[in-house]
Amino acid sequence: MTASNADRTPGRKAGSGGTALTLLAWLIGIAMFFPIFWVVLTALKTEQTAFSMTPTFIFSPTLESFRSALAQGSGYWHYALNSVITAFGSTLVGLALAIPAAYAMAFFPSRRTDFTLVWMVSTKFIPAVGVLIPVFLVYRSLGLIDTRLGLTMLFTAMNLPIMVWMVYSYFRDIPIDIIEAASIDGAGTAQTMFRVILPLALPGLASTGLLALILAWNESFWSLTMTDYHAATLAVYTASFKSGEGLFWARLSAASVLTIAPIVVLGWFAQRQMVRGLTFGAVK
Amino acid sequence: MSASPTDASPGKRAPTKRLMAPSVLFLLVWMIVPLAMTLYYSFQDYNLMMPDMRGFAGGLSYELLFTDPVFWDALLNTLLLVATCLLVTVVAGLALALLFNRTFVGRGIARTLAISPFFVMPVVTGLIWKYMLLDPVYGLFSWVMRSIGLEPVQWLSSYPLLSVVMMISWEWTPFALLILLTGLQSLPEDQLEAVRLDGANRWQEFRHIVLPHLGQVLYVVIMLESIFFLTSFAEIYATTSGGPGTATTNLPYYIYLSAFFQYDIGLSSAAAIGAVVLANIFAIFLIRFVAGNLNAGSQR
Repeated sequence: MTASNADRTPGRKAGSGGTALTLLAWLIGIAMFFPIFWVVLTALKTEQTAFSMTPTFIFSPTLESFRSALAQGSGYWHYALNSVITAFGSTLVGLALAIPAAYAMAFFPSRRTDFTLVWMVSTKFIPAVGVLIPVFLVYRSLGLIDTRLGLTMLFTAMNLPIMVWMVYSYFRDIPIDIIEAASIDGAGTAQTMFRVILPLALPGLASTGLLALILAWNESFWSLTMTDYHAATLAVYTASFKSGEGLFWARLSAASVLTIAPIVVLGWFAQRQMVRGLTFGAVK
Repeated sequence: MSASPTDASPGKRAPTKRLMAPSVLFLLVWMIVPLAMTLYYSFQDYNLMMPDMRGFAGGLSYELLFTDPVFWDALLNTLLLVATCLLVTVVAGLALALLFNRTFVGRGIARTLAISPFFVMPVVTGLIWKYMLLDPVYGLFSWVMRSIGLEPVQWLSSYPLLSVVMMISWEWTPFALLILLTGLQSLPEDQLEAVRLDGANRWQEFRHIVLPHLGQVLYVVIMLESIFFLTSFAEIYATTSGGPGTATTNLPYYIYLSAFFQYDIGLSSAAAIGAVVLANIFAIFLIRFVAGNLNAGSQR
């Protein structure tokens, strides 16, 4: 058994050919990331350097494109503000809805709990196009088209099944004795939830929020179909580069970098939560 | 902090219904009611250009749908897109997961680089590929092809569906990688050691231990990705707008066009029901699996 100690870490020890495989893994990692790197590089170029038949890797970087993308009149701030409001708004509303539901299901399960949870999860698998038309018609008659409120609610509905599931799974990791102890001490439901359970589950709640934030920020379908300008997010802003303005590559790149950078970086820290949330615990 | 005697008994007295009602209601109002309305509209003769001429239409919308050649194109494109993207992302994701499951210098960084595309907004993915990679003159791909003496290709007009497949695969291979890697890392280590002691080679180890364990994980990846690929929209919206012709019009894009450009509520609703049915084929198995796994692995 002593010989296999080195094998403790998951996976096999690199044997012969290990260096080649390591090199390959690094090459693929770099290749997958390259388009993102290339956009960042292009954003730092002048329009003339960006638009050349032979790619330039060495050049004197300029922040000119970022300046013009962020300038008054480019509209970036308007869209960015909408993205921030709808992403954070839907995350907060989602948590406010998911926490009580998950609390009830995790700590006071009844015969119907499993069914309710599975039903909630199953609504995640209704394609957005399946509800697009009624949502559009109802929103139109209620004046919710192109409003931040309307979009925020759609993002919430989109993420709620994942959020309930995730909060539930974090709550399930808390020993039930704690609830019983708290209620023997005379704490009511609200007190137990806010004073005892939420502090314990805080890291899990933060993970859930982070995942919801990433998914809402990157959401494009509802933004593209339900908003024009007033509530339009960065997805709509960047999509406007698809014609005409797409000729200004440096500016398109700068706008893209400003749109994706915060979320890609957050994503690096949310890899594990991504698996947990999107597979509904089917993969551990 | 006044302890009322009713609160003192542990357990069942929490107002569970009131705690769950908001979430349940929210999902009912935003998902289930609209879904029922889509079904209702699909049997209505309803065009937004002529809002007064509404009425029950029976199966007329479905008849129109099934006789619309564009719908069949869209359905075929959808299935092609799902099948091809599945093949690419699952095979590449599995290969990468095995590659990244080894211990090597800077594994965490290399893995993080490889999964980054998944966090890029789909619209931006579309634009990056459309312009900076696939542009026939200034794109990187064209430069590479010229450098090795080949004629650059008009990707988006000559191979539109393939171009969309490349974009979606770039985005989703990281997802497959991430989940399969998580699966690999929970491999039963004792079983691996047992077959290694028996002198199994790498292929046998892979065939008899790794693959069966990964079977479940693969199943989940395939089901989830199928549902997400069925509803691909932003990449197409930002690049080809469904064209040229109907070459990249998939079901969601077809529904979007018939609702927002032909204002045909009946027809687009019928197509939407088609999309829901298609998604359900995969979702039913997935939900069963999730339900079976519901309470496994937690502390109590």
